[in-house]
Amino acid sequence: MFEITEKIQLSHSVALFRIKAPKIAARRKAGQFIIIRLNEYGERIPLTIVDSDTGEGTITVISQEVGKTTGMLGALDKGDHILDVVGPLGKPAEIKRFGTVVCIGGGIGAAPVYPIAKEMRAAGNKIISIIGARSRNLLILEREMQNVSDEIIVATDDGSYGHHGFVTQILERLINEPVKVDMVIAVGPLPMMNAVCNVTRPHKIHTMVSLNPVMVDGTGMCGACRVTIGGKNRFVCVDGPEFDGHLVDFEELLRRNRSYFTEEKMAMEELTYHEGPRCYERNI
Amino acid sequence: MTDKERKNKPRQIMTEQGPLERIANFYEVPYGYSEDQAVNEAMRCLQCKEPKCVSGCPVNVDIPWFTKLVVEGRFVEAARKIKESNPLPAVCGRVCRQEDQCEKFCLKGKKGKPVSIGALERFVADYEREKGDVSVPEIPKWTGKKVAVVGSGPAGLTVADDLVKRGHKVTIFEALHVPGGVLMYGIPEFRLPKKIVEAEIEYLKKMGVEIELNSVIGKIETVDGLLADGYHAAFIGTGAGFPVFLNISGENLVGVYSANEYLTRVNLMRAYRFPEYDTPVLRGRRVIVIGGGNTALDSARTARRLCPEEVTVVYRRSREEMPARAEEVRHGGEEGVKFMFLTAPTRFIGDREGRLKAAEFVRMELSDPDESGRRRPLPIGGSEFQVEADVAIVAIGNDVNPLIQNTTPDIGTGICGNIIVEQETGTTSKKGVFAGGDIVRGGATVILAMGDGRKAAASIHKYIMTSGSSGSSH
Repeated sequence: MFEITEKIQLSHSVALFRIKAPKIAARRKAGQFIIIRLNEYGERIPLTIVDSDTGEGTITVISQEVGKTTGMLGALDKGDHILDVVGPLGKPAEIKRFGTVVCIGGGIGAAPVYPIAKEMRAAGNKIISIIGARSRNLLILEREMQNVSDEIIVATDDGSYGHHGFVTQILERLINEPVKVDMVIAVGPLPMMNAVCNVTRPHKIHTMVSLNPVMVDGTGMCGACRVTIGGKNRFVCVDGPEFDGHLVDFEELLRRNRSYFTEEKMAMEELTYHEGPRCYERNI
Repeated sequence: MTDKERKNKPRQIMTEQGPLERIANFYEVPYGYSEDQAVNEAMRCLQCKEPKCVSGCPVNVDIPWFTKLVVEGRFVEAARKIKESNPLPAVCGRVCRQEDQCEKFCLKGKKGKPVSIGALERFVADYEREKGDVSVPEIPKWTGKKVAVVGSGPAGLTVADDLVKRGHKVTIFEALHVPGGVLMYGIPEFRLPKKIVEAEIEYLKKMGVEIELNSVIGKIETVDGLLADGYHAAFIGTGAGFPVFLNISGENLVGVYSANEYLTRVNLMRAYRFPEYDTPVLRGRRVIVIGGGNTALDSARTARRLCPEEVTVVYRRSREEMPARAEEVRHGGEEGVKFMFLTAPTRFIGDREGRLKAAEFVRMELSDPDESGRRRPLPIGGSEFQVEADVAIVAIGNDVNPLIQNTTPDIGTGICGNIIVEQETGTTSKKGVFAGGDIVRGGATVILAMGDGRKAAASIHKYIMTSGSSGSSH
């Protein structure tokens, strides 16, 4: 059992959790993730490790309520427990001195991009961050990103805060300005990462993305998370989650992430209408 | 009853759930022997002076001794006799290939049918467990030595069993949230009920074996880290869990699974009880399974129970070359699994949403035998045809998982990434590190992994009790 030592609601559907997991906290590196299972009935879902505190022995994750499991996680509070936490999984992000690195986080994607930006800065890079969200109330980690960036630009789709428009528009502006962008890291919804890659491709700017496909075991055993990278099959859980964005078949991944669309809807309905209270109870 | 009469009794057959009944549930198919049946079957044993069956068993269970105890009605003692050399009798009684091992060498089999050793093993283990009469052998005083076992599948469990009985402290590190490895995620409930695996693991825990779940060695800790952390030796039994795909077009369409994923979803995550359990699996209308081994049959029989219209096993050779156990193939056939032999997939075809809608196959013919001794299948040009399918399960084998090898650079590996060991001792090229099971062999069987575990445990014992292990002092 893994105790939640702190919970901070970042927006109405996004929350930050600090979880007691000293061994993982001591080992993890930027870019790695954990897999959690909430209870005996639960599925295994991956979550990026956003930060860790080796002194307190905690790791930080951020989760958005999008389905049954994340919904149930969102209902947990400080002092509650998560049945299983395994990690740190995946390869650490490639951290070295590139020069100027643009770190883009779209929506919840700011969470996985934050630890990479932090490490990249520590490695001597100039960090320009672009964080975007549909609307101001969905924007997360602005202050944290600011702390690890030389420059930060915010964009909202509805114009409620910062630039009115998409993160890609800002990226294009940066590239077209006399700013030499040596590398781009983009994490967010698949269409956003795809759009970022489409912007950087003609300029031949090295672009890394972090993928979040469906996973089961997270150790390379099942192949659920396979993606096509440069025409080759790769397992995100062991070969990733970071890949060269210019080689990723986003179309395919988008389709694969919709594998259980019907089942997810069914599970949500069960949670909301039929067994709602019980589901929450068995968590406690 | 005269000696002759008893020896001429027919082989006792376990009764089974009927096919129509069983495809509507996940309960075990054979019911197991009654006490009478067990005694009658055990009487058939000739009590050979030099029993060939024992040497046919990878862990050398003293078969005549335990069958004699069964004849005398001393079932619990029989179970304990087996446990002296095999910690998982209820598992092995069910999933071992007895027909290729102990029963193959049974003298009774020369003229008629061999003694049903597997069914007897299963009976006594079940009897002991169900009667609640499981007792733990006396464990010797702690030797002061600690051993880390990586992976809680059959190899790791056997190593743990042997070493804990010799007075060493054993900690098993398991990547998943339950122990048992392939016994839990791979073999289906209807062939090996999970509560049986749990009970056998409980027995090890009672003897003092510690199990750390959710611990991926190579990630949360390395083998070197374990050795530096006070473990005097380490055993690697991480299995061959890295699914092989066909590398044909359309393999990443929604609905195409590796057998590992499909079986893990259903067995480990209990997707057959979705939405009570949260993990879903696509049930499909027309399911095809590619492969001819036990895993293919396990997948097909699992699929059959998830109520599609049709489940077809597609194998590129003919029925005779199928590596699956005859019993599995028979059970599958009874359950309505269809077979398409001498056929291989060439591509998967998807709809606009990227979901599988059909598979294209080519007919094969057999030519000369290849290195495996089986006749090599070759495609017949122009014989391509399509079959409608919305779920396809690829069950063509596993590569070894490279996690340990990648994080333990000084461990010797073969061309397939498998860990190389001295066959008789399980010793790797790295001091204090031993290995066995599928991580060494590639995909093999439960009992061979256990046999490896047994040999490695003996070497580990020898190693830590001599000057070989001076590294740790905690």
